[in-house]
Amino acid sequence: MLKILQIALRNLLRYKRRTLLTASLITVGVVFVLLFMSVSGSFKNMMVGQITDSMLGHLQVHRKGYVASIDNLPLTLNMKAKAVHRLQEILDRQPEIEASSPRIKFGAMFSNYTETSNVRLNGVVPEKEFATVPLLSSRITEGRKTLKRGEILVPALLSKGMKVKVDDTVVIIATNKDGSVNGRQFVVAGILDGITGPGGRDGYLHFDDAVELLRMEEAEVSEIAIRLKNFDSLHSFSSRLEGIVAGEMNKENKPLFEIHTWEKLSPFFNISKMIDLMTLSIKLMLTMIVLISITNVMIMAVYERIREIGTIAAIGTLPGKILSMFVVEGFLLGVFGAIIGGLVAMALVKIVNIAHLTFDFGQQKDLLLVAQLHPKDLLFISITVIVVSVIASLYPAVKASRMDPIQALRHV
Amino acid sequence: MTFIVAKDLEKSYQVGEVMVTALKGVSFTIETSSFVSFIGPSGSGKTTLLNLIGCLDKPTSGSLTIGDTDIRSFNRRQSANFRGHSIGFIFQDFNLLPVLTVYENIEYPLLMVQNTPAAERKKRVTELLEAVGMSSQSSKYPDQISGGQKQRVAVARALVTNPKLVLADEPTANLDHETAYRVLELMKKMRDELQTTFIFSTHDQKIVGEAEILYTLEDGKLISRQVKGEAHHA
Repeated sequence: MLKILQIALRNLLRYKRRTLLTASLITVGVVFVLLFMSVSGSFKNMMVGQITDSMLGHLQVHRKGYVASIDNLPLTLNMKAKAVHRLQEILDRQPEIEASSPRIKFGAMFSNYTETSNVRLNGVVPEKEFATVPLLSSRITEGRKTLKRGEILVPALLSKGMKVKVDDTVVIIATNKDGSVNGRQFVVAGILDGITGPGGRDGYLHFDDAVELLRMEEAEVSEIAIRLKNFDSLHSFSSRLEGIVAGEMNKENKPLFEIHTWEKLSPFFNISKMIDLMTLSIKLMLTMIVLISITNVMIMAVYERIREIGTIAAIGTLPGKILSMFVVEGFLLGVFGAIIGGLVAMALVKIVNIAHLTFDFGQQKDLLLVAQLHPKDLLFISITVIVVSVIASLYPAVKASRMDPIQALRHV
Repeated sequence: MTFIVAKDLEKSYQVGEVMVTALKGVSFTIETSSFVSFIGPSGSGKTTLLNLIGCLDKPTSGSLTIGDTDIRSFNRRQSANFRGHSIGFIFQDFNLLPVLTVYENIEYPLLMVQNTPAAERKKRVTELLEAVGMSSQSSKYPDQISGGQKQRVAVARALVTNPKLVLADEPTANLDHETAYRVLELMKKMRDELQTTFIFSTHDQKIVGEAEILYTLEDGKLISRQVKGEAHHA
């Protein structure tokens, strides 16, 4: 085998320019794919992290029909206190859950005494909310990174439009599910930076204040956001939880709860799917580049060495060995391309990170592009390139191994 | 001792729509460790006959046995195996592998065909390098040596596996006379040392006298057999 490797290597070096061009083509393809994967993958992970860690949570439990309701923030579809209690008991028994946060979501009027606007609000238990969406506090650009009773976190757009600052007093007027209107004064505790996606421009107030404002006799909850210890177990946990809550029925013997992962709640999931699709397309393009370039170069190698093939066949080299000589050449081209491409990609990722490139995404400005090249991606692409190289060289290699020695020796 | 027996060998080829018969009822026997030449003009069937004896091709009809083996029944793999273990080839254009050194070219059949252990390979290659007088050139590549040297390397490569038979198709065609005689002398010397049967084809009248047994082919027919020092047999 060592001799076959040596012969293959020498044959590649025999046509230096051609080998260099083919290996360069593969290298460029590998670099492009790895760079795209590292940048787009990091962008995707960052955005998913932003969405789940500062707003949605990893998954949410609602009363059946809440998300599909045509009403915006329907208070009539909140979970009753008894149901919330049962649900909370179930959630407390799940070891995969790191934190969960009950929310009362409602629409209200926001007044600074001179102007009035609409606002979407979340009534939350601050310590639970901050544990479930830990990046929420980083969105508070001004003011205190806490939320006490009587305080409100105002979204930045509203604060700007209504000229409201930290420690100003505002009035929130809300209509409860029975149509009764109630209003209360709140002190602005902080200004919240908006982010793209549902709930990205919501304000926050204390859970108990929401209960009071909406004149709830018992605390009713719109949703419970859940944060898992391991994000990778999201789908398996979600399926399991669905199975568990499926047994919880309402008085009409219909399912009481429904589970939604962040993917079902955020439109960014479609962007994320598009990124995955683009990555797949680029991987396929790389495969085609490798396949075509290696097949081409190996076919040329076979035609240029017909007499040599005839000679080695005549002196008794078995067809399998002739085949392996050419396959090893393709394999080596793939290995060169994968190694050099991997090294160049690693260097470029380093450069991208050193350059501190920033970008805007929706409401979010100056997001830092942190490219990450995962070893498993590097390994996957390298193995793909090498396997495709071997497959690409099979056809010319088979052709060489089946060559009639007499015809080959006569070849001029 | 009879080594090769050919009976009524015929070989036809389809060339376009025309059937060309390259060998017509050729019969002969060749003894072990003889030094035989097939001569004749171009197109007389020399190369076709050597291809049949070398298991590179199969006769259309007739029989051909080498040793005790009827080579007509071989499949592609068996033919390759037989060639690799029993036959050495010397080509008109030397056909050395350009990416291998002189040493590696001679070593190739032992390593890639016979899977001979390293120590034995080294011993055999060194012996052959010395025998053909190429020890000092062993690390050179084919494009760094002369035509005569290349053919000496080819002779060494053909003999390194200790084959029972060496076939040489026009081995001196690309050499000047002096070098051609030297290569033939080398082949004879190796025949004497290794008891190998040498069969070569040529149409070079100046070197045919070097053969001990001379078969003449014309239009695919064997028209004479001549043993050196004996009377001509038609």
